This record gives sequence, structure tokens and C-alpha cells, in this order.
Amino acid sequence: MKKNLTQRAIVIAIVTLVALFIIFRPRDAEGNLRRPQASDFTWAGIKGTLQNNIHLGLDLRGGSHLVMQVQVQDYMKRLAENARVGVEKAAKDAGHDVKETRADASGGNYNVVLKLGDASKASEARDEVAKKVDLRDFSPSVSGDTVTWALTGSAQRSLGDQATQQAMKIIDSRINSVGVAEPTLQEHGGQGSHQILLQMPGIQDPERIKKLIIGQSRLELMKVVSPGNPSPMQTYATEEEAKASLGGQVPPNRRVLPYSERDEPTAAGEAPAQPNQPKRWVVVESPAVVDGTELRTADALSRTGNDSDYEINFTLKPSGAEKFGAWTGANVGAYMAVVLNDEVKSAPYIKSQITDSGQITGRYTKQSAEDMALTLRSGALPAKLVYLEERTVGPSLGQDSIRAGVTASAVGLALVVAFMLFYYRGAGVNAVIALILNMILTIAALILFDATLTLPGIAGIILTIGMAVDSNVLIFERIREELQTGKTIASAIEQGFARAFVTIIDTHVTTIVSSLFLFVFGTGPIRGFSVTLILGLVVNLFSAVYVSRTIFIWLLNRRGRRMETLSI
Amino acid sequence: MVRLFHKVNFDWLANRRIFIIVSILLMLAGTGSAVFRYARGQAPFNLGVDFKGGTLITAKFKQRPSAEDVRAALQHAGVHDAIIQPVSSKPDEVLIKLPRLGSEESAQDEAQVDVGRTKVAEALKSFGAQVAADQDFAAEGNSFKIVGTDAVGAVAGAALRNQAVAVTLLALVGILVFISVRFEWTYGAAAVIAVFHDVLVTLGMFSVFYWEINLTVIAALLTLVGFSVNDTIVTFDRVRENLRLHRRESLYKITNDSINQTLSRTIITSGLVFLSVVAMVLFGGEVLRPFSLALVIGIVFGTYSSIAIASPIMVWWQQRVERQTPRPAPARQARATDGGAGGERKHSQRTSAPSDVPAATCLRRFG
Repeated sequence: MKKNLTQRAIVIAIVTLVALFIIFRPRDAEGNLRRPQASDFTWAGIKGTLQNNIHLGLDLRGGSHLVMQVQVQDYMKRLAENARVGVEKAAKDAGHDVKETRADASGGNYNVVLKLGDASKASEARDEVAKKVDLRDFSPSVSGDTVTWALTGSAQRSLGDQATQQAMKIIDSRINSVGVAEPTLQEHGGQGSHQILLQMPGIQDPERIKKLIIGQSRLELMKVVSPGNPSPMQTYATEEEAKASLGGQVPPNRRVLPYSERDEPTAAGEAPAQPNQPKRWVVVESPAVVDGTELRTADALSRTGNDSDYEINFTLKPSGAEKFGAWTGANVGAYMAVVLNDEVKSAPYIKSQITDSGQITGRYTKQSAEDMALTLRSGALPAKLVYLEERTVGPSLGQDSIRAGVTASAVGLALVVAFMLFYYRGAGVNAVIALILNMILTIAALILFDATLTLPGIAGIILTIGMAVDSNVLIFERIREELQTGKTIASAIEQGFARAFVTIIDTHVTTIVSSLFLFVFGTGPIRGFSVTLILGLVVNLFSAVYVSRTIFIWLLNRRGRRMETLSI
Repeated sequence: MVRLFHKVNFDWLANRRIFIIVSILLMLAGTGSAVFRYARGQAPFNLGVDFKGGTLITAKFKQRPSAEDVRAALQHAGVHDAIIQPVSSKPDEVLIKLPRLGSEESAQDEAQVDVGRTKVAEALKSFGAQVAADQDFAAEGNSFKIVGTDAVGAVAGAALRNQAVAVTLLALVGILVFISVRFEWTYGAAAVIAVFHDVLVTLGMFSVFYWEINLTVIAALLTLVGFSVNDTIVTFDRVRENLRLHRRESLYKITNDSINQTLSRTIITSGLVFLSVVAMVLFGGEVLRPFSLALVIGIVFGTYSSIAIASPIMVWWQQRVERQTPRPAPARQARATDGGAGGERKHSQRTSAPSDVPAATCLRRFG
């Protein structure tokens, strides 16, 4: 018994010391451990250490929490549309009589439909097209004169995940370049929900970042359908007029785009012809010569040093530069449209071969130019993003919550301690020691597992106070019962612990089982709550059973005194 | 020695009809309130921004204007049907709740979750300048800052709602499986029915008093699930132990005794948790209030249900099962001896105990 006691005392001492070390070890600004200094032992020093050690959730710390969703259906629609263009070309090239091609997107199905004049050629067309166009994500079917390629379910899933991953990478590079400190970016919601969670501690007004993240800067360099320089570029006053020039219908290889002419010269060396004139329309050739995926750099620069006169200079990657060089070389004198987000920003004419650089001019302010350059640099988002959830907590609100939580815990703890001491007297002290140890170990476990403490997490801690004490109540009530049956103190304690232990295990495991579900499937507050509850319950097995037992053993073995009565 | 509930000898199971009628009435009250509200065109529950979608803005003023003034300013800026709620514990804060703007489809609209904050900020500027959340108020004149925003789109709201329901049901299944493994499936079923009852009654109260249900309330309901099951298991554990000790007694008597034996523990523990939760209601601040309220109610009913609901159902069901599948006792003993594993032997002892009493006695005593 004696040796057993020493062994137990050592285990408890080591666990307690390690826990205290974990809680109070000082860290430097980067979160690395450092040697303690004299200032760490002052009240403010301890407070600072605790703040560094305990990873606070946004609700306590202040910051922004954004949930966004990638509109993958847009991505698939575009994919189907691209496949359609390929299918049409391949079928025509193979000499088929193509009556109609279309890309359908409805009810979560994405189909490319090819209708032929000759039904007997349908199977043949299917095989021929498959050789030319990459349709491995689609499953073909033939019925009569129609060939349908349907995007398969598995392809939809993997493409959706791919788009989400890609969007996350782009968001990451965007928030990094505006210098958000310690952002966390992760997938959110269930499999296939295509949601992204972004948490930014310390950000109070996320408006600018929100705009920046969903910014769709799609750059395309396209040829304008117009007689070349020196004649002025062909523009139209209305969209209808522009369409009329194409015979009323826009063919697949042409696009009609708005053109906001600002102060760009219409011909070499001339002053702006009609600065800031209202929006006009131009016809451009599709597809683009090069697009945003070929961008290497994009930077905002002031043209005149004036703050409202910024432009964006870009350079192209080698592959893009090659294409662009070849095209500009062959089209000297033609007008080239710099198209940003489906709007022609400028349309200079090509003086000579350009290989790898260009400008997007216009009257940008410094910030709008910088943000646009940034979104261009980080690449185009695979699909549109929408915000589903936004939560912002100011620092003062977080502080108030911490204060309220700490007060509530302290009051709860005090009430429980008072009752235990009143009701169980000597054994109450035992329970209080176990309870305090329980709290220390729970906090240490939180730090050790790098878990985040949230407001519901504090609620979880308050609840573990109640539940922790339950184990002691179970044991003490049992010991009282055993004493009543006339057992000796030693065997009553022995029996009390043994019997109560079965119950404690059952109750703890049940609560942990249900909390695990919350942890695995829950998000936000539900999860924060389950973390502290689980940790608190596991720790409680040690504090309420092992530590309390040790204290009783010690009481029974005190030198020179035989236990006649047990204060319980 | 201070003692509560010492040597209680109350026949809990005899009063099971009263208990069950009380519970059914409580559940009916909740359901009735929900149906009544629904019939009157109101939402059956006061769902918060988390589940319904919408925007909740916490604004802090240097000098807080009255709720009417804030409403007038908002209406002037074109924000109607906002709920304005001065924070009772803090004299300078106002909560502004906006319902979800637009229809379901406009959830696709990227502006969806932005509109609220921008509009409210515009409207509040009629009281003074806006200050960034981490800065001090200007020295002169009134000013305000927006210290918190919760904006949830319709899609996210529905997802959060579904997730909360799914997680709760999963947790219940987990509990059912665990108790069935440790005890009998009838015990598990009884415990889960009791817990389900607690959740229903608590939700019913939220409908009756029209308290707001947000994500923290779900966390509270889940705690309550764990807590109520805790109480039930403590009683069942005693039943299992007593069945082993007193093999001649009926399940009815043993359950009654077990409830009485564990009563002091049940009341003390529930009382202590109740104390910590009351501390939360009083000192936990506005944000934790719905959470604490749900727990206060939940703990009361959770304690009640483990005594008055779970045990009678367990006894009734267990006896029914044993009546329906009368297996010859020798066969079961044989299984116990050749089963080998300790767990299995315990298991068979526990089930054979009540059947040692003639079924007729069982029935007479219980029914």
C-alpha cells in the first residue's frame, strides 16, 4: 500500500507539473518557446502567456469568418460549351451534315448534343468525333439522328473538387498578397458541397477583401473586326447595330462586346479623339489570341504620377508570348482589343510585333488598379464564388465574451466548491482538489492538441465542471452506502470506487460517443463545444478516479493515526 | 453528515401513468404552440439568423439612441422589418436583425450577404460618424461602430439546420448502440426515448416562449442529450448490479429500488450542473443566453425523464420482450457456461434474473 501510494503520488506530481508547464511556458511573438524572464511572473506576464498559449477562436479574438461556395455548375456549363465547339468542328471536318449542336445544362446534367442530317451516320460520327476531341469525361449515346455526350457523375464530382481546390489556391494567393495575418483557409461542409471557409483574425471590415476574393479578372486579347490602321476602328453605337453588321446573328467565332472609350488615341500619335465618350460596341474575333492563363506578371503603375491615373502593365509567359508574337507579327496595323471581364478596355493598333508585354489602360485609381493587377496575377477563378456566410466579431465584443465566460466559470466553480465542502466535508476537499486539477488538465490538453477555444467551448468547460463533480458524487454516495452496510472504512472506499467506476465508465463513454459525432460532423460552435467537453471528460477519469483514490489512500495510511471515522 | 434523500422509498413505477401523462401534456403543449403559430402564419419556432438566413449586426454607440430612432433611421434608408434590440447588459449596444433579403433564388446573388451591413452602416450614419471597430470613439459628437456581424445566406442557413438535425440524430443512434452493447437493446431504446422526450419538451418551450433558436441552442440540446443519458445510465447501472445481487426479486421492484438508491446522486449532480448553468444565465452575457436557457430547462426535464420516463419504459419493454420470447432457462444456462467470456456470462445472468420470477408474478406486480 505504501509503495503504491508513493508511485501514485509521483505520477500525479509529474502529470500536474507537465500540465502547468504546458499552460504557463512563455512563447515569443512567433509562437516559439523561449526562456522565461522575470516579467513572465508578473500578473500581466502570465496573462500574456496564457493569451499566446491558448488558441482563441474568432468569436473571442475578433476577426472575420467567411464561407463561400464555388459555383461549380458554371464551370461544368463552360466545359460542356467548350466540348460543343470542339464537337461541332470535328463533325464538320469529318464531312458530316451537322444540323444542330447544343450544350444542355439542366437539373444537374450537362450534355453535348449533336444532331445530324443523316441518322445512319450517327454512330460513325460518334466514333470520329471521339478521336479528335477529348471527351473522356462524357459518356456517349446514340438515338436516331442524335448523338448525346453526357458528363458522367464521377467526372462531375472530380471536376467539382478540382474547381474547388483551384479556387482555394487562388484565394490563398490573393489574401496572402494583401497581407492578412494568420488566415485559415479550408474546405467546408460535406463532400461535394464545394464550400470554402476563410477565417481572418483581426480583420474588422472585410468588404475590400471580399471583393478582392471574388474578383473575376478575366483578361483576353482579341482581334477587332475592323479595317486596319490608318483608318479608324470600326465601332457601333448600339449592340443591335453591331449585330446587324454580322447579319443579325452572332456566329460562334465572333463576339459583340461593349467598348468604353476613354482617352485612348484611335490612331498613332493622335490626341484622344473623343475622350470619355459614351459606351460603344465592337465586334471581335473569338476565341482570344491569348487569355489570362498566359499571364506572367501584372502590375499597377501610374502613368502620370497622378493618383487617379493608374494603368496595369502585364507580361506574358513564354508560351503565351510565342503565340502573341506570331499573331502580332502577322497582324501589324490591325486593332487589338484588350478585354477585361467581357468589356473592351482599350483597342490600340499594332504598330509592330509585340511579344510579351502590354498595358490595360483606363482611369483606374491606385487601389482599384492594384486590386485588379492582383486578381490578374493570381489567375482566374475556375468559376464564380458566392458568399454564403459572413461573421465578423469586433475585438471589444470578443473581450466582453471572454470576460462573461470567465465570470460565469468562476461563479459556477465557486458554487460547486461551496456545495461540495458543505455536503461532503472532508471528502469535499478531496473533490475540490480533483476538480481544480481537472480544469488545469483540460486547459493543458486544449493547448497540447492545439484546439481552438471558442465561446461555446467556454460553455463546454463550465459544463465539465458540473460533470466532473458528478464522478466524485457517484463515488462518495457509494462510499456512504457501503459504510452504512457496516463495512470498514478501507473496504468501503475500495468498494465505493470499484462499484462507481463501472458507472463512471458507462456515463463517460456515452457522452464521449455523442460528442465525437458532434466533433466529426459538426462545424463552428457545435465543434468548439464538443472539443472541450471530450477533453474534459477524458481528463476527468484521471482526476476524479485516480487522484481522489490516491488522496483516500493517503488518508488511510497517515503515520501514527488510525482512521476511525471518515469525513464524508 | 448532511444527507439529502436518504432512504427514500417511493414507488416510482406505480405512478408511471401520471408521469407519462404529464410528459405527453408537455410535449403536446410544445407541439400545439408550434402548430398554432404555424396556423396563424407565424414561423413555428423563432429561428435565429444561423438557420433562417439574414443578418445580425451589433452596433456600439457613444450615446445609444432609442430603438424607435434607430428604426426610423433604418426605414429612412429603406431597411424595413428590422428587429431592433437594445442589449440589456450593455448600455451602449444595439442588436439589429434583418431578415433574409430577397427570395430563395437570390441566394445565388453574390451581394446576398453584403447588403445588410452596408445598408445599416449607411442608415446609422445619421446618428454620427462611423468609427472602425478597433478604434476609440471620436472626442466630439455622437459616433458609432459596428462591432459584430453575422450574415448567413439562405443556402448556408438551410445547410446548418439540416446538419444540426442530422448530427443530433446520429448522436442518438451512437448512444443507442453503445447502451445496447453494454446493457440490452431495450435499455438503449428506453434511454433514447427519454432523451428524445427531453429534446422535444425543450424545443416546445422555445416555441411557447418564442425564444430564439440559434446554433448554440443546438449545442445545448446536444449537451442535454449527453446529460440526460448520463442520469439514465446511472440508474440502469444500478438496476444491472441489483439484478445480479438479488436474483429472486422482480425487475419492477429492483428498478424502483435502484431509482431510490441513486436518487441522492441524481439530485445532487443535477443540482450542481444546474448551479453552473444558472451562473451562465446570470453572468454568461447575451451571446450565451439562449444556450443557457435551453440547458436550464433541459436539465430539469432530463433529470425528470431519466427517473420517470426511461425506467418505466425499460421495465415495460423488457418484460414484454421476455414474455414474447420465452426461452427455456436451461438452454440459457448452458450458453453461459460454455460461452466462456466474462462479459457474456454477466449478460446472461442479468437477463435470467427477472425470468427466475414466474412471469405471472411479474405481470401481477407490474400491471
